[in-house]
Amino acid sequence: MDDAGILAAIGGLLDGSVAGFWPIVGLGLAVTLSAVAIAAVIGLPLGALLGVARFPGRSLAVVTVNAAMGLPPVVAGLLVFLLLSRSGPLGGLGWLFTPKAMILAQVLLVLPIVVALTRQTVEDLWCEYAEHLTSLGLVGARAVPTLLWDARFSLITALLAGFGRASAEVGAVLIVGGNILGHTRTMTTAIALETSKGDLALALALGAVLILLTLLLNAAAYGAGRIGARNAG
Amino acid sequence: MTAMRDTSSILPLRVENLVFEAGGRRLVDGLDFRLERGGTTVLLGPNGAGKSLIMRLCHGLVAPTAGVVRWALPGGRRGATKAHAMVFQKPVMLRRSVFANLTHALAAAGVGFGERRRRAAVALDHFHLSHLADRPARVLSGGEQQRVAIARAWALDAAVFFFDEPTSQLDPAATREIEETIALLAGEGRTIVMATHDLGQARRLADRVVFVVAGSIEEDAPAERFFATPSSPRAVAFLAGDLVV
Repeated sequence: MDDAGILAAIGGLLDGSVAGFWPIVGLGLAVTLSAVAIAAVIGLPLGALLGVARFPGRSLAVVTVNAAMGLPPVVAGLLVFLLLSRSGPLGGLGWLFTPKAMILAQVLLVLPIVVALTRQTVEDLWCEYAEHLTSLGLVGARAVPTLLWDARFSLITALLAGFGRASAEVGAVLIVGGNILGHTRTMTTAIALETSKGDLALALALGAVLILLTLLLNAAAYGAGRIGARNAG
Repeated sequence: MTAMRDTSSILPLRVENLVFEAGGRRLVDGLDFRLERGGTTVLLGPNGAGKSLIMRLCHGLVAPTAGVVRWALPGGRRGATKAHAMVFQKPVMLRRSVFANLTHALAAAGVGFGERRRRAAVALDHFHLSHLADRPARVLSGGEQQRVAIARAWALDAAVFFFDEPTSQLDPAATREIEETIALLAGEGRTIVMATHDLGQARRLADRVVFVVAGSIEEDAPAERFFATPSSPRAVAFLAGDLVV
């Protein structure tokens, strides 16, 4: 394997001469973006609530969520596998070895990140806003929409961190998806497969494309955040 | 909106035996006073006397350890709306436009979409801030932010305004603007309660002085009498420029 081999492999991927490459990219992105979107819908309000609410056991909840950020993807995959397998509690759904199972597993990985980072961001913002919002009668859950909106540029970072985690992991999607070509194969599972087959050039090319996509998304989000933050002061 | 409103409904405010303790220290020590409608009442006293805390207790931001804060209407609410507002030492500006800062406060008070846009526009116009409507609130100068904070409270049609050292972080020109704005509010028949340690400011604005030292009211008198013939030794010392603890 040499540099030219890798470049040729990247070229082959991008110009479509490696069959089935773009569907792999498309599926990986669809699964990861769906997982991030679902985690955002659940995790942003939940994290904000955890940031402003005061209840017994709150410290325990915060520590648990923070710890869950380090949940190993294979363990998340195993949990979802058990949940969705024929004899599992949700076996009747028939989701195992489908993209739905992969989304579910990745939601499990992304959710703690979104909740934990949102909690931290919103808690800091609440310190600044507390008196004004309390004066307006916006306390507890009623303060959440205001805080989420005003923290919007910081929260993009939380979602990006979640995207990074989901797009990079291989263990969970491999276990619950099965790496079936044209059905549940993503870039990371393809890389794992090509590496074990010995096609290092193709594996490296896939890796390069994956990094490039992540870089583009982060650059776009960073730029949007900077422009927005400047306009919002 | 410039017509004088009947603000008598939430006043008088009665404060009885108000106590606040934190960390084993008694910061407000058995306060009694009554706030009637109209005029500017200045809570005067050295830093750390508990002036801000007293206003927070009255405004409902902090719950008292003992004693009562009793508005003529429960919670100082007129209908469903809190009819007293507070302007802080450092104005809290949301990360939005000036206009959106006002409409947000009105939305929180339950005002409908069209009506809050109308009232926000009227309030900005009233305080000559219309040209700043679309600017991000947080890039404004300190004085402008403080005027936006006042406009925001005014848009809520508050009958009572609490000001917590509103000019302590401002330069003299901005301070003058804020003082003129406060005088304007008082002229509209709104009731002003202001905390300050600035003797000059108290002389310029006060109708009544409540002199606070170490969480207790040392003297409560009409401003003219307080400045001419203070009755308590500590007030005499404070007016003479001595340090009072």
